[in-house]
Amino acid sequence: MTTPALAVEHLSVRYAVAGHARGLQALDDVSFFVQRGETLGVVGESGCGKSTLARALLRLVPSTSGRVLFRGEDLLALAGPELRAMREHLQVIFQDPLASLDPRLTVAEIIAEPLREFRRGLTRAERDERVGASLARVGLLPEHLRRYPHEFSGGQAQRIGIARALMLQPEFLVCDEPISALDASIKSQIANLLKDLQQEFQLSLLFIAHDLAAVRFSCDRIMVLYLGRVMEIAGRASLFESPRHPYTRALLQAVPIADPVRARARAVSPLSGEIPSPLSPPSGCVFRTRCPLAIARCAAEQPRLRRIGDNEVACHRAEELA
Amino acid sequence: MNASRNPTSPSHACEPEALLTVRGLRVSYRGDQGPLHVVDGVDLDLAAGDYLGIVGESGSGKTQLLLALLGLNAGARFEGSIRYRGEELVGASEATLRRLRGARIGMIFQDPMTALNPYLSIGTQLIEGVRRHRGLGRAAALARALEMLDAVHITEPRRRLRQHPHELSGGMRQRVVIAMAMICEPDIILADEPTTALDVTVQAQILSLLHELRARTRVAVILVSHDLGVIAEMADRVAVMYAGRIVEQADAPTLFTAARHPYTQALRRSIVPLEGPLPSRLPTIGGLPPNVASLPPGCAFAPRCGYVFDRCGLAPPPLVPISAPGLAHGEQHRKACYYEGPIGP
Repeated sequence: MTTPALAVEHLSVRYAVAGHARGLQALDDVSFFVQRGETLGVVGESGCGKSTLARALLRLVPSTSGRVLFRGEDLLALAGPELRAMREHLQVIFQDPLASLDPRLTVAEIIAEPLREFRRGLTRAERDERVGASLARVGLLPEHLRRYPHEFSGGQAQRIGIARALMLQPEFLVCDEPISALDASIKSQIANLLKDLQQEFQLSLLFIAHDLAAVRFSCDRIMVLYLGRVMEIAGRASLFESPRHPYTRALLQAVPIADPVRARARAVSPLSGEIPSPLSPPSGCVFRTRCPLAIARCAAEQPRLRRIGDNEVACHRAEELA
Repeated sequence: MNASRNPTSPSHACEPEALLTVRGLRVSYRGDQGPLHVVDGVDLDLAAGDYLGIVGESGSGKTQLLLALLGLNAGARFEGSIRYRGEELVGASEATLRRLRGARIGMIFQDPMTALNPYLSIGTQLIEGVRRHRGLGRAAALARALEMLDAVHITEPRRRLRQHPHELSGGMRQRVVIAMAMICEPDIILADEPTTALDVTVQAQILSLLHELRARTRVAVILVSHDLGVIAEMADRVAVMYAGRIVEQADAPTLFTAARHPYTQALRRSIVPLEGPLPSRLPTIGGLPPNVASLPPGCAFAPRCGYVFDRCGLAPPPLVPISAPGLAHGEQHRKACYYEGPIGP
C-alpha cells in the first residue's frame, strides 16, 4: 500500500468557551486518510465539526492533539517558513466564492498572487502566460482578467477561486462546501470541473459538504461526522447502498426525493429531536439521544470505530443493521 | 379546524372556492437603464386546499412574486391584478393589506429570525396577531397559543411561552413561526424556502409537520423553493419560474415525468440521484443565469437553450396549454416555449 496523500491521526480540536470549563469539543479523536488521487467526502449537519476539520488542516485554528501527516511531515508541528512552504502544496476552495476574493484586486492579480508569493523567479511574461492558461482551463475568458470580483456571478467567482487554488499545482485541495451556495444549473458545472481537474492533475481532495447527492457524485469515499466524532467511513457504493450506522441511514432517508410519486409512497419517520449542544454532548455515543436503536450500553460506553464488511462504523449495534 | 369531521361534498370538490386570482402581474423596480421587471406577466389561481410549488433559481422572481401577493416589495411598482376572494389587492390601501397579512394570509420565511423579534418572548409574539385580528383577551389568546405550540409539536409549551427566540434551536424557531402563521387560521400560507436554512434531518421534520397541518385544515399553501426535492415532496401543482416569468406549469407528477420546457428538463436532469446509476459527468445548463437588467428580446432562456431556433429570439413565448394527445392532464399543463419537438430524457 502506498503512502496516503494525507493521514490524520487522533485529531482533536477544543474551543475555549467562557463559562464552560471543558470548552467546546469541536473534533474528538478523528482519524482518517486520503489516498493519492482520491476524493474523500466529509458530510454531517451543523456542529458536526466538518468546517473545523478544514480549518484545523489549514492551521487556521489550533488543534488540541493529534497529527496530520502530509508530505512526510506533521503539519501541526510546522511553524514559520516551513509551514508557509507547505501551503504551496495544500490549497483551499471556500464556500462563498465572492467573500474569498479580494474585492480591490482584478482577476489577473488574484490569480497571479500565489505566483508572486511562491514563484518569484518567473518573468512577467511567464506569469501572464500561466495566469492566462489557468483562466482558460477553468472556463473563463481573457477579457475577464481586467475585471473585479463583484462583476461576476457566484459560479464564475468560484471558477476564479479554483484557478487561484490550482496556480501552484498543489497536491492536495481542501474544498469547504465548494458548490453549496450555487444555483442548481451552476452546481453541476462546477462539480464537473472539479472532477475533471482532479483527474487531470492527480489531485487528492477533501470535499466537505452537507449535500449528500453532491457527495455521491464527487467522492470516492465518504466520512460521516456527528457532534465532532466519526460515525462511519465507507466507499461510495457501500455508504449509499448499505450504510451501517443508524445516523447515516437517517441522513440518507431525510433527503427529499425529486419524484412526487415515490416521495409520497415511502413511509419516512424523521429522526426526532435536534442535534444536542456541542457544549454538553451526550455521554457514551453522541448520537444516542436521537437514535431509534439506542440501548443502555450506548449511554455508558462510547462506541469505537471498527470495521464491519466494507465499512468502518462507530455503533454498538451495527451488526444488526446488515 | 378538523376537516375530517366535515368532509367536503363532491359538488364542493368539483368547484373549489377561488381564494387567489392573479392576472398579468408585473413587479418593477427603477433601474439605471429603465425599469427592471422582476416579475413579468404572471397568472396564478389558488383554491382552498391547493398546494402550489414555485421553483426557480436565484433571480427567477419567485420570492418577489410571493412578496407581491402581500404588497411587501418595498419601492416596487405593481401592474396587473391580484384578487383575494374577489377583492383587488393591487393598489389597495395599506390598511386593507394589514388586515389580510397574518390574519387571512400567513407567512413563513427562510430565516425564522426575520419573523421573530429577539426582544420579545415567544408568548407575546404568538398572541399579538390573534389579539389584534380576532379581538381575543389575553387569557384566551394564551390558551390558543398553547394549543398552537402543541399542534406544531413543541415540547414543554408552557415554558416556551416565556422563552425568547435565542433560547430555541433553529428547528424549534421555525416551528414557532409556523404556529404564528397558523394561529389566526388563515386561508393561505405563503412559505418562502421554509426549510432551506435547516439541517436535513430537521428539514424532514418540518416538511412532515407541514404535511400534517395541511391534512388537518383546508389551508392553501404556496411554497417557494430552489430545491426540486422539497417541491416534489410537498406540492400538488408546480410552476417553474425563470427571469420573472412562469415558463412551465403542471401537476407535480406530470412536471416531474413529462416536462416539456427545456429549462425544466435541464433542472431535473441536474439532480444527482441518491441511488441507482450514477453519471460520470453531470448534465449541465451552459451559460450564465439571467440578468433581468439585460434580457434578450425573445425567450430569456434562449441563450442557454439546446433547442433554440430563430423564432425564440423574436418575442417572449406566452404560457399556453399543451395540447399533446394522450396527456392525462393536458388542459392544466402549460409551457412558455415555441419548440414543439421532443426533448431529451
